[in-house]
Amino acid sequence: MTGTLSANEGQPQFVNETGLSRAELRDLLADVSDFLYREADLLDERRYTEWLDLLADDYRYTVPLRMNVPFQDVVAREETKALTEVCWFDEPKDTQVSRVMQLMTGVHWAEEPVSRVSHLVTNLRLKRVALPEVEVSSRFLVYRNRVSDETDIMVGRRTDILRQVGEDWQVVKRTLLLDQSVLMAKNLSIFI
Amino acid sequence: MTVEHTRGDPSAACESPQPPRLAAPAHPLPNREVAPLVDVANGEVSREIFVDEAIFRQELTNLFPRAWLFVGHASQVPNPGDYFSSWMGSDPVLLTRDDQGEVYVLLNSCRHRGMKVSRYDEGNTMQFTCPYHAWSYSIDGSLVDVPGDLHGVPHMKSAYQGMLDKAKWGLVRAPRVHNYKGLVFATWDSEAPDFDEYVGEFHWWLDNLADAFDGTEAGTEVFHGVLKWRIKANWKFVSENFLGDTYHGASTHASVEAVGIGPGGRGKRRHGERQNQGGFSKGRMKTSFRLGHGASDNLDYELPYPEFAEPELTEYFDNAWNKRSEKLRAEGRPLGGRGPATMFPNMSFAGGFPRSILVAHPISATETEVWRWFLVDKDAPDFVRTWLREYYMRYGGPAGMTEQDDMENWDYATQASLGVVARRHAYNYQQGLGREQLSTLEGAVHSDHAIAGEVNARAFYRRWVEYVDNTPQDELRASAAVDDRIPKIQERQAADAAEEARS
Repeated sequence: MTGTLSANEGQPQFVNETGLSRAELRDLLADVSDFLYREADLLDERRYTEWLDLLADDYRYTVPLRMNVPFQDVVAREETKALTEVCWFDEPKDTQVSRVMQLMTGVHWAEEPVSRVSHLVTNLRLKRVALPEVEVSSRFLVYRNRVSDETDIMVGRRTDILRQVGEDWQVVKRTLLLDQSVLMAKNLSIFI
Repeated sequence: MTVEHTRGDPSAACESPQPPRLAAPAHPLPNREVAPLVDVANGEVSREIFVDEAIFRQELTNLFPRAWLFVGHASQVPNPGDYFSSWMGSDPVLLTRDDQGEVYVLLNSCRHRGMKVSRYDEGNTMQFTCPYHAWSYSIDGSLVDVPGDLHGVPHMKSAYQGMLDKAKWGLVRAPRVHNYKGLVFATWDSEAPDFDEYVGEFHWWLDNLADAFDGTEAGTEVFHGVLKWRIKANWKFVSENFLGDTYHGASTHASVEAVGIGPGGRGKRRHGERQNQGGFSKGRMKTSFRLGHGASDNLDYELPYPEFAEPELTEYFDNAWNKRSEKLRAEGRPLGGRGPATMFPNMSFAGGFPRSILVAHPISATETEVWRWFLVDKDAPDFVRTWLREYYMRYGGPAGMTEQDDMENWDYATQASLGVVARRHAYNYQQGLGREQLSTLEGAVHSDHAIAGEVNARAFYRRWVEYVDNTPQDELRASAAVDDRIPKIQERQAADAAEEARS
């Protein structure tokens, strides 16, 4: 076979730079998973201020556009590029703070009445361990139902870079690959 | 700039001289007259035109194929063989660039069995080969007379005895394409007026969109990546929103305005208006064209570029403003006209902060696919690009903190108008009714107040009726040639003057 459909072709799926043992890696994954589930719960309980505390000051949130491109362009052009091209989101923590402020105005009509949201985080695995940072791969399914029959299901792959801060973790970088090219939801007024 | 096709006769190459024998009539009679549903004189519009599927089909048939539609930006197809997939009303099209640097708009459907010859959003190729039976269409003018023509047919000899007339079976081509400073428009109707006539003096707003911030003509390009999303709303809500409806801002966008996401940072206005320069709407009027186009401002409403939280951005845009002022003053042009605005029927844009294009693609009476492009000066330095890109994304599109709330309105307004009882009750378009003001622009009038924008909507729906009721192109041109609103304003003003003289 010739050609490739992945920029990751030939790359290791896991890198253990810190040299942890298998048992230590199991503990680490359990610890990281618990953190990400707690984080999802804070979002779904709309405890936004507490949730913001879990984001590092240098946090970066990126959701590129996905495009339909020919075979030979998939690796280079299937997703729009962070920092230079148009994405659904590509922003620092400060903009996420603005979004929380908007949600808390009570007159943000896109979320008034508030939506019912569940963040499912699954397929969790460590991609890279370089303590104090770890890179975690997962799948997300974000379900939103609002008003009466308005329902959105957003699914895709997520990569998080987490950083140990004291006894807990913070999210440093989150990249979501949403499996849609045309967004079938009318807006993205929730955090995905 | 003018229509760019120079080689071959676009009207002849892919279509026989006679209309195809089996084709549907070009302009079938409407099955429902829409004129009674729009009462411009009293400012009432029936909800039927926003929810009725039969009327929607008439729009697809009588309006979209006969109007000039925005297809894409020339900077999306910079090189020979580049293509960008778009839509014109109900039909998928490909915006292409040939080996001579000219842009074409081709129907994205194989002439043999209709397969979409490209399912890609964009790419580069010198020919589109249909996956179904491999008919191939060249966009290289060296292989065919006109790009888009049929080039390769498998088994030409054994299946067609070599007799298939390839010149007649090229991809259907939009007969009229116009590249206006990088903004590419097309129409299916060879009888449509020239682009310049179709836009009239509304072109000043297109100029401010397409020219650079410092006034350099056509000095813009689009950021790579088009936001595309589906909404459960009639497409006209979208057009109308940008046409002149600044009335919705205070309520709809209260939350984003409370946060402050604009150039000045938190607590400052989201468009970056400078409060120390007379407020954000003093002297502002809507501009309404008899052709159906409308803008939320007027050319004499000269709003300087914003003051930024970052001094280097303020300095950059101050320099651009000064350069543009000098250039435009020398040409005798006013500095305003940034929009938001809508070019009839479904292209909306703003030429300032943000600077962006939107097209509301009709899917059904109650569903629309919205596309949004963001523009930037070709020669903008990185720090300006970075700031604008992040501002655009937090402002507009489905994740944009401003636009999120628009979709809530458009969707639930559409849904709540579907009811049998709701449909019996018209929408109100009476803002500034009988208070329109004269304009120095041809075929245009102004609102009498910064906020009262429904003069624009009344003209938009009047033009909409003319198209959807399938008024022939010559009559469409005649009806727009004289703006009958102007003598009415003059009569009213004369009566007012006489009244004043008596008292």
